[in-house]
Amino acid sequence: MVNEIVFKEELAPRIKRINVRNPVIARKSKSGQFVILRVEEDGERIPLTLIDWDPKDGTITLVFKEVGATTKKLGELEVGDTIHDLVGPLGNPGEIMYYGRVCIVGGGVAIASAYERARRLKDVGNNIVAIIGAETAKSIIYREEFRRLSNALYITTDDGSEGVKGYVSYVLTELLSSGERFDLVYAVGPVRMMEAISKATKPYGIKTIVSLNSLMVDGTGMCGCCRVTVGGKTMFTCVDGPEFDAHLVDFKELEARLGMYSEEEKLVLNLAEGAGCRC
Amino acid sequence: MQMLDVRLRQIPMPELPVEERIRTFSEVALGYTEEQALAEASRCLQCSQPLCVELCPIHVDIPGFIRLIRLGNYEEAYKIIRQKNPLPSICGRVCPHEKLCAMGCKNIGEPINIGALERFVADYGLRRGIRDLDTKPFTGKSVAIVGSGPAGLSVAAELARMGHHVVIFEALHELGGVLVYGIPEFRLPKEIVKQEINYIMGLGVEIKTNIVIGRTLTIDDLFEEGFNAVFLGTGAGLPKLLNIPGENLCGVYSLNEFLIRVNLMKAYLFPYKSKTPIKVKGKVAVLGARGMDAARCAIRLGAEEVCLFYQRRIVGRKDDIRRGVEEGVKLQPLTKPIKIIGNEDGWVKAVELKRLKPINATYPSPFPEPSLEFLYNAGTVIIANEHIPNTIAAMNTLKRIRIREREKTIIVNPVTLEATKGVFAGGDVVSGASSVIKAIETGRRAAQSIDRYLTGNS
Repeated sequence: MVNEIVFKEELAPRIKRINVRNPVIARKSKSGQFVILRVEEDGERIPLTLIDWDPKDGTITLVFKEVGATTKKLGELEVGDTIHDLVGPLGNPGEIMYYGRVCIVGGGVAIASAYERARRLKDVGNNIVAIIGAETAKSIIYREEFRRLSNALYITTDDGSEGVKGYVSYVLTELLSSGERFDLVYAVGPVRMMEAISKATKPYGIKTIVSLNSLMVDGTGMCGCCRVTVGGKTMFTCVDGPEFDAHLVDFKELEARLGMYSEEEKLVLNLAEGAGCRC
Repeated sequence: MQMLDVRLRQIPMPELPVEERIRTFSEVALGYTEEQALAEASRCLQCSQPLCVELCPIHVDIPGFIRLIRLGNYEEAYKIIRQKNPLPSICGRVCPHEKLCAMGCKNIGEPINIGALERFVADYGLRRGIRDLDTKPFTGKSVAIVGSGPAGLSVAAELARMGHHVVIFEALHELGGVLVYGIPEFRLPKEIVKQEINYIMGLGVEIKTNIVIGRTLTIDDLFEEGFNAVFLGTGAGLPKLLNIPGENLCGVYSLNEFLIRVNLMKAYLFPYKSKTPIKVKGKVAVLGARGMDAARCAIRLGAEEVCLFYQRRIVGRKDDIRRGVEEGVKLQPLTKPIKIIGNEDGWVKAVELKRLKPINATYPSPFPEPSLEFLYNAGTVIIANEHIPNTIAAMNTLKRIRIREREKTIIVNPVTLEATKGVFAGGDVVSGASSVIKAIETGRRAAQSIDRYLTGNS
């Protein structure tokens, strides 16, 4: 069955990986692209980055964190269940080429996307330095995969339970000030993290690419919900991105727009958890 | 004298009372009863050279179906409309009849309410499930239709009748294109759209949703899969912003985003029956002539006040503009937005606008110009500027599909509607944002042309 979940695994508390059958998408996917899905009939449309795809098997891999009502619902689906709607691959593929020395930075659930890109860049001969971070040791995903793949791996946790206590940007700043140089920095994660990475590399003029996680509805350029200012120009993350030159992105605006529906998101989440009813 | 008066005026279409309208998304215009339809039909002069037929883009035999209404033969009346119009219940609701067929009505007094009669007959047929269109035997040819809006649906219906195998590819999760994402429920109930599409599917048309041609599959893939021709009916669904400061503030929507959230995603049922939110805070400024639908949605979503700012003329049907005003939409003609102003948190708080001088070259005003700039305190802004064609389908293909640089419309042979060998296009993606009926018209024309291409009778 199309859109059937054929594999499911919990990578960390509230972070899940699923493989979904969809041969058409699996055949066309490229690094950096995403899908939009609707878990159920009256559900909202949410974008998720493609983490892997297997054209032979006809499946795609998605990794998500249960933060809102929709991702929670998605997390409740079991092997054999189907996702109501799944469309993709959307967005422009990222550039996979030889740069030389590449620093891959991933934060939180987006470590999965970071790993995807690291793998592709490694395949074409790049030297990979990876910095991955999360709140706590338990939430670090793809640890072993990164360890195998990277020439150097740095782990950071907010609470210091593993690796460096603090943020991924601290490590990058540290590396840069100690004289390390990169031909490319690729960062994906929370907005504040990407902004900090961008600030860290800017003085050195290092090419820095970020993959943005704007809110989206249709994902094909129709609504403009995902618009973001890049270099003073309005861009649509869904069709012009999702990857942009970090030094040109207006992160403050991006963050504000991401929070546009925070009250509503809380409301549906409460409803889903049965805590919304006060009657 | 009174008799004459009755003949001069249209039988008004019953409507939901305003107090009720502003609280629900239920359909506003309720449609004629049988008595009303008969009375309105009796006003038709049955001209021997009917101008209404000529002015209808698809030349429906209007006096013909009205005559059958008078005879009480609604089934035959329905069949007459169906011969030409694949989406009659939709056209009966959204067609700007007053600017098309009804313009040609030679009746003394008000023209016949052709739209209301069309709707009466079409709904009658749809409700009773009357089907009469036969399909010819399978020709062995298959056609891929990209987009399930009015253009795509019309081509599909025509080609299916001609005996070709037709598959419609739709990018969204729901069928209907602008009919479902653009036109609000209170003007066009989605149940009606569904029934009209079911009729077309009944002709043997196959449907595939969630496929973005240009991404999921390319035009080349379609030919490789064995399709003999491709029709692009992808519409004009991309928003064009105003390019003024403050457009990306929180609380600023493109017309499309607002309508997609409300219509396609049913945000008005949030949070129980829809999980897609929409935010309508304080006063709502709708910027642009195409904003009446969004303005009326905003009223229903509980806006404190809704102001529609536009330059000269509002785009829309006369009835809908009147209804919007009745519902509380304030019209502000001769205005032009300059910038959108935000607060420290990145949320919109006001719009700065400029008053334009009325055009009156003959009698220039002798008085000094009043202060031209003014502020409107808005918590929500909807940018209802132009829409541009969606040509994503023409991506990643080796086929040479030419697109106009500025308008972004697909260039086609004006007679055959062929963009390149085997690829045809029609509707808004060729004309730029236009109307449902024009899309149906080019759709029908494209179907003829595709049929000729497939059967080699060109």
